[in-house]
Amino acid sequence: MKRWILITLLVIGVVGTGVWGYKEHQDKNAVLIQAENSYQRAFHDLTYHTDLLHDKIGNVLAMNTQKRLSPELAQIWRLTSEAQADVGQLPLTLLPFNKTEEFLHDIGDFSYKTAIRDLNKKPLSDKEVKMLEKLYKQSGTIKDELRKVQHTVLEENLRWMDVQLALATNDSQGDNTIIDGFKTVEKSVAGFGEENNSSNIIGIADENHEFKGLDGEKITEQQAREIAKEIFNIKGDQKLNITKSGKGADVQTYMASYQQGDKNGYADLSEVGGHPLTVMVERPVQEAKISLHEGALKANEYLKSFEFPDHELIQSSQYEKEGVYSFVATQNGVRIYPDAIQMKIALDNGDMLGMSAKDYFMNHQKREIKEPAISEEEARSSVNPEVKIQEQHMAIIENDLAEEVLTYEFLGTLGNNTYRIFINAEDGTEEKVERLKATEIKFSRAV
Amino acid sequence: MIIKRSIFYTALSVLLAGGIVTAFPTEPVKAFSNQVIQQGAVGDDVIELQARLQYLGFYNGNIDGVFGWGTYWALRNFQYEFGMEIDGLAGQSTKQKLVNATQYDEGFVKEQIRQGRDFSYYGGVPKEQQVKKQPQKQSQKQQENQQKAEGPSNTAVNVPNGFSQNDIQLMANAVYGEARGEPYVGQVAVAAVILNRVNSSTFPNTVAGVIFEPRAFTAVADGQIWLTPNETAKRAVMDAVNGWDPSGEAIYYFNPDTATSGWIWSRPQIKKIGKHIFAK
Repeated sequence: MKRWILITLLVIGVVGTGVWGYKEHQDKNAVLIQAENSYQRAFHDLTYHTDLLHDKIGNVLAMNTQKRLSPELAQIWRLTSEAQADVGQLPLTLLPFNKTEEFLHDIGDFSYKTAIRDLNKKPLSDKEVKMLEKLYKQSGTIKDELRKVQHTVLEENLRWMDVQLALATNDSQGDNTIIDGFKTVEKSVAGFGEENNSSNIIGIADENHEFKGLDGEKITEQQAREIAKEIFNIKGDQKLNITKSGKGADVQTYMASYQQGDKNGYADLSEVGGHPLTVMVERPVQEAKISLHEGALKANEYLKSFEFPDHELIQSSQYEKEGVYSFVATQNGVRIYPDAIQMKIALDNGDMLGMSAKDYFMNHQKREIKEPAISEEEARSSVNPEVKIQEQHMAIIENDLAEEVLTYEFLGTLGNNTYRIFINAEDGTEEKVERLKATEIKFSRAV
Repeated sequence: MIIKRSIFYTALSVLLAGGIVTAFPTEPVKAFSNQVIQQGAVGDDVIELQARLQYLGFYNGNIDGVFGWGTYWALRNFQYEFGMEIDGLAGQSTKQKLVNATQYDEGFVKEQIRQGRDFSYYGGVPKEQQVKKQPQKQSQKQQENQQKAEGPSNTAVNVPNGFSQNDIQLMANAVYGEARGEPYVGQVAVAAVILNRVNSSTFPNTVAGVIFEPRAFTAVADGQIWLTPNETAKRAVMDAVNGWDPSGEAIYYFNPDTATSGWIWSRPQIKKIGKHIFAK
């Protein structure tokens, strides 16, 4: 009798485990299939979008009337961004696919800039048409390669999950068809890159990596140590680590770091001239004792001690016990937005917690500021009449084409919103309009 | 005789002064602390400033305790109307003028804020009419939170332009999952890499897109991103969002001890912070 009860229990146990295991297995499969499906969708979308992109560029080439051109270019721009989004959803991060992504980005950039241009006044130049022809050919190659990969994927039922596994384990990469296919695409694009460099459209650097504002002699490690000690206000034998940046850095720097109790300091000093690019001090900040305003005065003193030329505070924000301040350089009263410096002040004792002068040293140079060609009145008339202008300045900003332009800056209100509007001082074009939003309702009350 | 007269005058003036004092009891005992209030400030002084400006009809926004643009323009208009120097700063003389011209019922204002009510504070309108009656829909938890919240009673916070607290939270999650054992600067650098990727042409253009890109971050793949981030990670993200980039514009980083991909070693290396190597 006892034996039978035992056997029954065991049988129930075994069957139960089996059922549970099967269910788990099914659940896992469902999840895997779902992940696989979303990869597949992204991949097939990508091929479709590149195909369409190729067609559209062809259309532009065949078009005669400028009227239809802008919408078509806008379509191309949209397609490139869709294709880029598709690439972002594929598990390709560990696979060198960035040349293709840059290619997509460049087509997008080109089509955007030409689409927003008034093509009636400034039609496509011969050079640009040549460029388009080249892009047409190249997008054709990419499309063909991708379609080939797509065909194999469909025919052989290849799964992206395997790609992910292969990439993660870094072996058997050699025999994965999808990976090989994407490598081929990448290689063909890399080929275009060299071809295109001369034409100056592909490979437009969005970010300028040259540091124009650095001057002075190269400093030694010992000098870097002295400068860092002065910045952190530490004396004598306090241990301070100095390391040099690697070969890949845009600008060679000495990195200084130290630790003292629960206080950590870090600074990047440029090798040329020993200028502080980044300074950070991390420590527990006590109850705020000074106001944001006093903090701003302190920040100003620090900037003076670093011998930055004229500057103006353009924004200040209090984040609990810290004040963060944005400054821009000024020249003859004109605000130079590209030359920006950020400061962070502890509101318990007014000490500096950080400074970021990277933008300043990247962009600062002696500028010839021309007299504005239009008067302030004329500039004001270019602003939407609904906007109530409250404040105005002269400012130099970087526009969408990454050129520095002299503008009238107007701060105005429309309803409850505040806008910053830049009007080109040469021809009165509206260069930039931004809504200033610096606060948000607190979602959680427990700070 | 002359002396007598002067004594008489003194006595008279003392009497008069006393009379004035008793006839007009001094304004609110507690008004504004000594600080000069500047745009971007948060806290009780700002609540008082907004309430007083609203009392006079200059400020029409919510009384939320954050000195934003709305408060700034209200203050400037106040300074203009009262013939003062227009600098957008609430210094001693400005505050004095405000205190003289308005009444501030701190208890009432704070009570409304604590209860999370929608209210305004215009002068000349009975206070009771300025509180929006709302059905008691608040969840238990929310109320508990509100009772627990002490310190400054501002109902809004400063956020860097273009970011929401939620973006910052998401980034803090990623930074905490990826680099919680790293020095503070290393955490700021990881957050900066996320932002550099958003701006890069070869990566998705949103914070969420970058973070959830398949195989981009190990913390996302293994679920560590859903750990609760600590304050340090949040502050590191705030620093990165406010413009600090100790990574030197890196768009990759890896831990040389655990990196599985050989390709990552081929990237030009910028620097090493803590255990991570940052690369282009």
